[in-house]
Amino acid sequence: MMKRLQEAFAKRKALIPYITAGDPSLEETVRLIEVLQESGADIVEVGVPFSDPQADGPIIQMASKRALERGVTLEGVLKTLRENASRVKVPLVLMGYYNPILQYGLQRFASEAKDAGVAGVIVPDLPFDEDPSFYRALEDEGVDGILMVAPNTQEERISRMATFARGFVYCVSLFGITGDKRGPAKNLDEYIGRVRRHINIPLALGFGIDDQKKAKDAAALADGVVVGSALVRLIEESQKDVHALEEKVRAFTSSLRKALDSAAFE
Amino acid sequence: MSDRRGYFGDFGGRYVPETLIPALDELEKMYQEVRRDSSFNEELKRLLKTYCGRPTPLYFAERLSERLDRRVYLKREDLNHTGAHKINNALGQVLLAKRMGKKRIIAETGAGQHGVAVATASAREGLECHVYMGAEDMERQALNVEKMRLLGAEVVPVTSGSQTLKDATNEAIRDWVTNVKDTYYVIGSVVGPHPYPTIVRDFQRVIGEETKSQILEAEGRLPDVLIACVGGGSNSIGFFHPFLEDEHVGMVGVEAAGQGLSTGRHACTLTAGKVGVLHGSRSYLLQDPYGQVQVAYSISAGLDYPGVGPEHSYLKDSGRVEYTSVTDHEALEAFELLSKLEGIIPALESSHALAEAIKRAPLLGEDALVVVCLSGRGDKDMSSVRPYLLKGGVSI
Repeated sequence: MMKRLQEAFAKRKALIPYITAGDPSLEETVRLIEVLQESGADIVEVGVPFSDPQADGPIIQMASKRALERGVTLEGVLKTLRENASRVKVPLVLMGYYNPILQYGLQRFASEAKDAGVAGVIVPDLPFDEDPSFYRALEDEGVDGILMVAPNTQEERISRMATFARGFVYCVSLFGITGDKRGPAKNLDEYIGRVRRHINIPLALGFGIDDQKKAKDAAALADGVVVGSALVRLIEESQKDVHALEEKVRAFTSSLRKALDSAAFE
Repeated sequence: MSDRRGYFGDFGGRYVPETLIPALDELEKMYQEVRRDSSFNEELKRLLKTYCGRPTPLYFAERLSERLDRRVYLKREDLNHTGAHKINNALGQVLLAKRMGKKRIIAETGAGQHGVAVATASAREGLECHVYMGAEDMERQALNVEKMRLLGAEVVPVTSGSQTLKDATNEAIRDWVTNVKDTYYVIGSVVGPHPYPTIVRDFQRVIGEETKSQILEAEGRLPDVLIACVGGGSNSIGFFHPFLEDEHVGMVGVEAAGQGLSTGRHACTLTAGKVGVLHGSRSYLLQDPYGQVQVAYSISAGLDYPGVGPEHSYLKDSGRVEYTSVTDHEALEAFELLSKLEGIIPALESSHALAEAIKRAPLLGEDALVVVCLSGRGDKDMSSVRPYLLKGGVSI
């Protein structure tokens, strides 16, 4: 199995935009993935809507709610991605809370994620040591189980994570939830340094990165940058006009691309 | 029990964002320390006695017993300070938070009983307190909102999701992730990630421990059946736990069947739910076929939670505790019956346990000894029951 996710970090700082599947519709999600890959994304993170998204702030909560109200399910997301796999060039990462995956069946989810062309999976409420059978199921299908670390994760724990981490490690940039306006915490270099001592795959920083300046600063430290709420807010603002929506998303993503390219490449 | 840390059989665990793992580790470590610390235990014991009014009486309900033709005792948790068992846990956890050097207390609340208890304990300890409450619940339980504010707490309206307890819990967890360094999260029931289900149970065990010695003194023997209501399940687990090894003591947990199981408008997590993950632990859960969490319903605001404590899931699957349910209507009948026969207005939550005692009494042996946990008093429910009472009530 080729390491699609790690390769996405090889040439430049990886830009990883996040969108919620089914907002404003599943068809439009595929279209948005195309727009994102055309305007500089290296990986696209696709969120599976959930009724109780604990790690998310109001913007992504609302996107999740809109998608659920339109009847979006995990099955529907996987089916849409599978049917449109030929249109998607960038590796996809699926982000979903654990309960819908558990109900779907861990094995079934892992194998259908692979069939849908999903390169990696992030489950924000499943610590790496809580249900190892899930990460094994992903591994068996060649799908990367992407782990998250937080600024307060202890070094001993990071070293244990190293054996499980696949694809890249998602470094939460702050104490908080997605869309936090304060932006990444100070002393990120010490934190990123601590993670790097134990993890030898790429590191992406996410949470609270909503403009070019924050994206550039994050890219100076990490190998990739995740931008979610700022993008989802644009989608929220133009629910009815998909043309305007796509153009806004394109312009914003291109601006982030420029910011990342201007960050020093180590 | 499973040897995996923080599990009761297959249930429990820590399904939380990574940021909370160090906080849960710290909490577990500190809790282990204070459990062995006699000064902590003595302080808690003293406050439970002089501040909360413990031990609460075990009352022989003479006229109810006559009516049911079985001997029925009530464990009077309604006589606690703040009017319910919630203070046992709130006080214990706030003292623990103080030991941990935390300056800021947060809590979730549904009907407001836990919120009031936490605001009360925080006021006494001089700690800043923020209570998350669904905007809809704030409207329905305006009196408790006023009480919390009077006690110095900030009540934060939650407008996300269904605007009820489950969403207030999500919001409290989000606050905790954001302010984890100086904040202690006081969970109100035996739910949440490990070690919360254990901590809350231990602080509520006082209910069962007192009951055990009181019934031995009154009757010279252990009861045949213990009956308690189950929402998240804190009063019931505290009541049952000290009796788990006494194999001849039967135990019944009563969930809220709302308008009836077949209507879908209920809160029967154990009797009608499926195993899932919510608010940090694996347990039975009310959910749709896609794993989205459903909104629970009951006339009793303290029981309409779509999850349940993981230890209850374990006790259900092991068969040690029997779980059943009673409807809004049955609970209202019990509410009125106890008021009229005993001069005790029970909480609607506790009325579910009473209703089960009423239904079950004829099925028990003639000399059966029943103890019902009267977890709270019913003053707070007057506005919920008024429409029924105006209709002439239910017949006694």
